[in-house]
Amino acid sequence: MSTPDTNVGKIVLMVAAILLFAAVVGAILFAATFFRGRRADRLTAYAYLAPTLIMLLVGLVYPGVRTIYESFFNAAGNAFIGLDNYKTIFTDGDQLTVLRNTVFWVVVTPFVATGVGLLYAILVDKARLESFAKALIFLPMAISFVGASIIWKFVYEYRPDQANVKQIGLLNQVLVWLGGTPQQWLVTSPLNTFLLIVVMIWIQAGFAMTVLSAAIKAIPEDIIEAARLDGVGPWGMFRFVTLPAIRPAVVVVLTTIGIGTLKVFDIVRTMTGGQFDTSVIANEFYSQSFRSDNQGLGSALAVLLFLLVIPIVVYNIRQIRRSEAL
Amino acid sequence: MTTTTPPATAPVLEAGKPTAAAIAKRKLTSPWASLAAIVIAVLWTLPTFGLLISSFRPQRQIKTTGWWTFFSDPQLTMENYRQVLDAESGAGLGSYFVNSLVITIPSVLIPLCLATIAAYAFAWIKFPGRNILFLAIFALQIVPLQVTLIPLLTLYVDAGLANTFWTIWLSHSIFGLPLAIYLLHNFMREIPAGLLEAARVDGAGHVAIFFRVLLPLMRPALAAFGIFQFLWVWNDLLVALTFAGGGNKVAPITVALANLSGTRGTAWHLLSAGAFVSIIVPVTVFVLAQRYFVRGLLAGSVKG
Repeated sequence: MSTPDTNVGKIVLMVAAILLFAAVVGAILFAATFFRGRRADRLTAYAYLAPTLIMLLVGLVYPGVRTIYESFFNAAGNAFIGLDNYKTIFTDGDQLTVLRNTVFWVVVTPFVATGVGLLYAILVDKARLESFAKALIFLPMAISFVGASIIWKFVYEYRPDQANVKQIGLLNQVLVWLGGTPQQWLVTSPLNTFLLIVVMIWIQAGFAMTVLSAAIKAIPEDIIEAARLDGVGPWGMFRFVTLPAIRPAVVVVLTTIGIGTLKVFDIVRTMTGGQFDTSVIANEFYSQSFRSDNQGLGSALAVLLFLLVIPIVVYNIRQIRRSEAL
Repeated sequence: MTTTTPPATAPVLEAGKPTAAAIAKRKLTSPWASLAAIVIAVLWTLPTFGLLISSFRPQRQIKTTGWWTFFSDPQLTMENYRQVLDAESGAGLGSYFVNSLVITIPSVLIPLCLATIAAYAFAWIKFPGRNILFLAIFALQIVPLQVTLIPLLTLYVDAGLANTFWTIWLSHSIFGLPLAIYLLHNFMREIPAGLLEAARVDGAGHVAIFFRVLLPLMRPALAAFGIFQFLWVWNDLLVALTFAGGGNKVAPITVALANLSGTRGTAWHLLSAGAFVSIIVPVTVFVLAQRYFVRGLLAGSVKG
């Protein structure tokens, strides 16, 4: 199928695609009105579900099973090699760096982002300009990871330390103002991984703040009033009233950010391309599958990602259910 | 829980009783609390602000001096934006921007259409296998995109769809469906059954109930998913990188920017302007519709 080159052509194609799917839905709705008799309801339901089920089976279930299968094959996908790909992930030096970095990401990001978000939520609670103050922190959520990476790459930008060369990156300039020498931040491992993690924290803190702030405001007033009459101090108020009350929300936020962090790809790809020992599982998956043409190892990395996500997701969903967030 | 009501839009409770957090904060002695809040706010905005200023500075200035010198030596230009959008002399981001729009709009509307009728079937029609099917679709939310990409690419190539918009539309629609169905189903279940009963007694069929009774009530849920999916697709890099191929025929702006960052990583006059061209759309959508966004965000937290 060919793709139009002109903008007008693209937009026409877009409208056609939307109309096509609207027509499919319309046809199903229309056809279902002709179902009669005892089984009419049942047939209607299956008709309504048909396009969705077909798409999910072809686009999610089959590829998922296929990837698990491929993960037991070699780079070209033509010889069965058992668990060798998984063995590589857990023994090969480069792959171990990938695993180590992923652990850094998943341990550091959720806790720091949640901590900053909670602190900020408390600090601006009932302050003047509260919604404006919150918008400042929340706005990075709307920015793409690629955009955020460029914003931070500029902060980390390095210019050689020579007499006539001025630093243009904020971090190095601050260092110079403090009397230090500029650093190539993104090249030094393992520091560079933490500098990439900063970007993720920057994005996720707003999410943590919003959810936790809502949870704080939902604490019943009589509990607070009772604690105050009992003479509970500010720290005690936080420790024995606020924190227990928002605990489910904190867990949801931690796990949610954890899941997102496990799958982080764009930041590493844009900032370092996985060089200088900064790769993580999701990025390594991409490099192996589409750059090194090692489909077996790529598939194994994807499966590993899946396996790592499952327990966090299950825990996350149980917490959401328990706190009746949705 | 009130996580569904973002406080940003909540009325300011000035005369209300203090919350626990307010009490905790007060004793952190207010000046220090304010200072800490200001430090965080500055840290969070300064990087964006610096790049925004840079995007309006002349190329030579960006290269040789930090953006903070703008305040002692203010020089503004639109040249960077002109260049980054222009196909002849710069990065030609204009056509990628159009691609992003062409990718995003159907990727929101297609799953929305399909999921509404599917969610209706799950919520209001009794049929054998209903619970198990719904649970299965709910569980599919947790499948990471990565697991599906290689086989999906093979399927697209076999079907002759490689490097067309269809691959991206279909992929995003498929990945969005489980969340859409889950969100819309939950919302539909909250609509009182009596309302539907009454319509049925009046002789309305599924279609009439669907359009006259349900759809008008569903606006918040449709908006929540729509906005979540819009930002997700617009900001996506992985799916586009896998399926869109190189060149400006199909690839969205995120791919163009990531490539620019890789090949011309020091061309800050292009990178800064390019970043803001890509940011402007999601930020506008977000500011206009943020009250719907948090709900979708929380519900979609395990997606992809």
